[in-house]
Amino acid sequence: MNIERLVSMANEISVFFASESPPGQAAHDVAEHLHRFWEPRMRRQIIAHLEEHAGAGLSDLARQAVQALAAERPGGA
Amino acid sequence: MFAIDYHDHGTAAPVAGEPITLQIDGREVTVPAGTSVMRAAALAGVDVPKLCATDTLKAFGSCRLCLVQIEGRKGYPASCTTLAEPGMKVCTQSEHLQQLRRGVIDLYVSDHPLECEGCAANGHCELQSMAAAVGVTETSYERGSMHRPLEVDRSNPYFEFDPQLCIVCSRCVRACEETQGTFALTVQGRGFASKIAASEDEPFLDSECVSCGACVEACPTAALSEKSLARGLPRARAVSTTCAYCGVGCNLVAEVGGTEAEPEVIRMVPNRDGHANAGHACVKGRFAYGYATHADRQLKPMIRKSIREEWREVSWEEAIAYAASEIRRIQERHGRDAVGGITSSRCTNEETFLVQKLVRAAFGTNNVDTCARVCHSPTGYGLKSTLGESAGTQAFSSVAKADVVLVIGANPTDAHPVFGSQMKRRLREGAKLIVIDPRAISLVRSPHVAAEFHLQLRPGTNVAMLNAIAHVVVTEGLVREQFVAERCEAPSYERWKKFVAESRNSPEALADVTGVPAEQVRRAARLYANAANGAIYYGLGVTEHSQGSTAVMALANLAMATGNLGRDGCGVNPLRGQNNVQGSCDMGSFPHEFSGYRHVSDPAVRGMFEHAWGVPLVGEPGLRIPNMFEAALDGTFRGLYVQGEDIVQSDPDTSHVTSALAAMECVIVQDLFLNETAQFAHVFLPGSSFLEKDGTFTNAERRISRVRQVMPPRAGYADWEVTMLLSNALGYPMSYRHPAEIMDEIARLTPTFEGVSFEKIDRLGSIQWPCNEAAPEGTPTMHVGEFVRGKGRFYTTEYVASSERVNSRFPLILTTGRILSQYNVGAQTRRTDNVVWHAEDLLEIHPHDAETRGIADGDWVGLTSRAGETVLRARVSERIAPGVVYTTFHFPQTQANVVTTENSDWATNCPEYKVTAVQVVRITQAEAWRTRTAQAHYAGRTHDPAHA
Repeated sequence: MNIERLVSMANEISVFFASESPPGQAAHDVAEHLHRFWEPRMRRQIIAHLEEHAGAGLSDLARQAVQALAAERPGGA
Repeated sequence: MFAIDYHDHGTAAPVAGEPITLQIDGREVTVPAGTSVMRAAALAGVDVPKLCATDTLKAFGSCRLCLVQIEGRKGYPASCTTLAEPGMKVCTQSEHLQQLRRGVIDLYVSDHPLECEGCAANGHCELQSMAAAVGVTETSYERGSMHRPLEVDRSNPYFEFDPQLCIVCSRCVRACEETQGTFALTVQGRGFASKIAASEDEPFLDSECVSCGACVEACPTAALSEKSLARGLPRARAVSTTCAYCGVGCNLVAEVGGTEAEPEVIRMVPNRDGHANAGHACVKGRFAYGYATHADRQLKPMIRKSIREEWREVSWEEAIAYAASEIRRIQERHGRDAVGGITSSRCTNEETFLVQKLVRAAFGTNNVDTCARVCHSPTGYGLKSTLGESAGTQAFSSVAKADVVLVIGANPTDAHPVFGSQMKRRLREGAKLIVIDPRAISLVRSPHVAAEFHLQLRPGTNVAMLNAIAHVVVTEGLVREQFVAERCEAPSYERWKKFVAESRNSPEALADVTGVPAEQVRRAARLYANAANGAIYYGLGVTEHSQGSTAVMALANLAMATGNLGRDGCGVNPLRGQNNVQGSCDMGSFPHEFSGYRHVSDPAVRGMFEHAWGVPLVGEPGLRIPNMFEAALDGTFRGLYVQGEDIVQSDPDTSHVTSALAAMECVIVQDLFLNETAQFAHVFLPGSSFLEKDGTFTNAERRISRVRQVMPPRAGYADWEVTMLLSNALGYPMSYRHPAEIMDEIARLTPTFEGVSFEKIDRLGSIQWPCNEAAPEGTPTMHVGEFVRGKGRFYTTEYVASSERVNSRFPLILTTGRILSQYNVGAQTRRTDNVVWHAEDLLEIHPHDAETRGIADGDWVGLTSRAGETVLRARVSERIAPGVVYTTFHFPQTQANVVTTENSDWATNCPEYKVTAVQVVRITQAEAWRTRTAQAHYAGRTHDPAHA
């Protein structure tokens, strides 16, 4: 899939949770959203983007969320 | 003329009342206080003669035919305007009354033709019936002029007005006022010269008439009658069913004639007992059903190996076998998840349930989505998060108790016209109206209705506006603190309260963003918050934004903060676009949820479905529609089954969609017509219209209503049967004998549908889910006493400007919408006479913007965005503000979605249809533009990877 589109989507999700989530919980909430609504190949691709391209284009929060996603659920699955 | 199987009670039932008992011609009858003597008599089995009375209208008391005698009272009161009282003794039949009535009828028929043979109303004419009842066969007076030489008005494509047959009872005038709320008709002149006139005595088609048919329904003779009756075909039976157009879900009665082998719908009338519509309909539901028998229907299955080849008509067996073999071939070669399906919000609940079951159980993937993705998916997300259920909170009838109505991003009189009429009735009674919309929709000012406030905000600034309103509510002490304390989560409320109270969220700070003066916002906020009952109604103008889900949450926040949930007259009410948007979502069409909105990762829920369906199911979410397109373009998604949805015309960024479809190896389209998507299909399976099948639709108020078969499927199979054929060919057996069995399975697997069955719907008329042990007859109002999720959850709704912004190249913002006479992509309504009102999409442009571009009304203009370009005619209008243009998306010739972009809601990927930066230029070579743009967005058809 178009990685720029996935990056943009992850950033938009992060913008919402940045203001909505209680302090310290935003990255977890973004990761949870990705896990609940993104099909596995989308998650695998954004994790691969993080690992192979240092998550270029991801906001700080989105990057933390994708890191959490990769750590908690290897391969995004 | 009402339905052939309807018994009219003369006056409406009162809202409520203590039971009282009276006698009618010696028969005792108990009725609620507030019931008229006429209605009480009808309930006692005594039909009092009448002409000006009918039970959808207020009592009028003008025809003097319903006179009765009441013991202890002088004179002969009209039974329609006299209320029943305890112990009252009423006599409806006596020689003297008969004599009085004969005199009245004698006068009526003196000015009415007496040649009933050949009249469209023969056998169903109320004047004919009344004359027979009182024994009048001719007049004793000199014959009147019968409005000669006035001509029959045949201007409307669906009905005609014959002044000769008119008895000037005013029922049509009153129906236009009371039922529809348009006030297009009047009685002109005096005495025998009195006649019905439309607007300024214009032909109906040129008048303000919206062709809803309420006047035709109300007419006691054939003065106003359907043209379809002129053929004189007998109406042998009446079939109650549900309209397949918008999310109001009107109950209609199809009057059917013809032969058993070839039944024919002679006319469609609103069901007066219909729970959603109470005897009203609109120009689409009542009249625009001719598409079902249109010559464009493709009735034979077709296949082709490549989209560059011509179609080849084949048998059902060959088409199904080919489709199944292609699905399996793709899966073997590219993996299980390389295929998916799209369910339709136009098909029944049972059909939708079956398609998602096919995808999950037979395909073995969760790559299933629904066209609701592109309209109300943010409603599901936003309301589930805040209130706990992905659905509107009220029944339509709730609006009758609203004191303030807030309409945002919706156009009820055009897109949900029957509910729009109910809303206007309440507004005429005195409820206040706030409209938040970039466009001056008709509700802003129409006869006897005027919005207190029209907050004409810039497209894309809903969340800023709702935050500004919330700011006023919080900072001016308008929160219903007790409600919030009892019903909502305290930590989330405190966070939200602190957030909206920040000065950056004040109306003053956000005025530059929204374009709306702060004082207007403050006054509107006070009006809503201080209302005893404040009701919110919203549509796609809220959801189809990059912050669609955030805006839905912001609306729920407002309703919770002001205590406007959990009772009649208030609530948060999404107006669903298509007939079964609610149902398609309920039925598990989203890739992450089973029916009843339960996540696929829940092992208990998934286990229940695995047990019932006998196969292992995937616990990960599948692809959404936009993700399917992306995956198709990178080669990981190659097969798609699309039931009843034209994704090429309705989804945004057409060239992106067509490129994705062209990249697939097998696209299976099941539809009534060879739609735009079919150009990219390899298998075409003929669909069946709502007249050709049984099932249920669920409307915007969660009301499940029956769809009943009127005629056999024209192509041989109903849509649910086609899905079964495909499933069986794929080796996953399905063997339902009737959609009722599918509903039984839905009920077994879906807690909110636990108590639903066809038998119960038939018995009760309709059911609003949840329907279960706690609510065996359904739930009109949700969240009474407690929210579905327990405590209501406030969400912080930071405003984020859309990335779609104007610049020097694209200096205007395009927003899209609907018009009354057309529906969605127009596949149905374009194939009816509704095109006389709207034969093409038009671009509304403000006079200032038009003048600076040298554009005059009716000029061809080119509309260009960064996604694409199209051409259409301009309508210069002050309905939209400078800097904003507006169009509809009903016609493939325009293909308005060529210009909309890939931007979408952050939570659900619902496209941002409502905000596109564009440029508009006057053009002279429209055809050259059209050819060029068509070539651009169908460029994908030149490449077909499947068999290259």
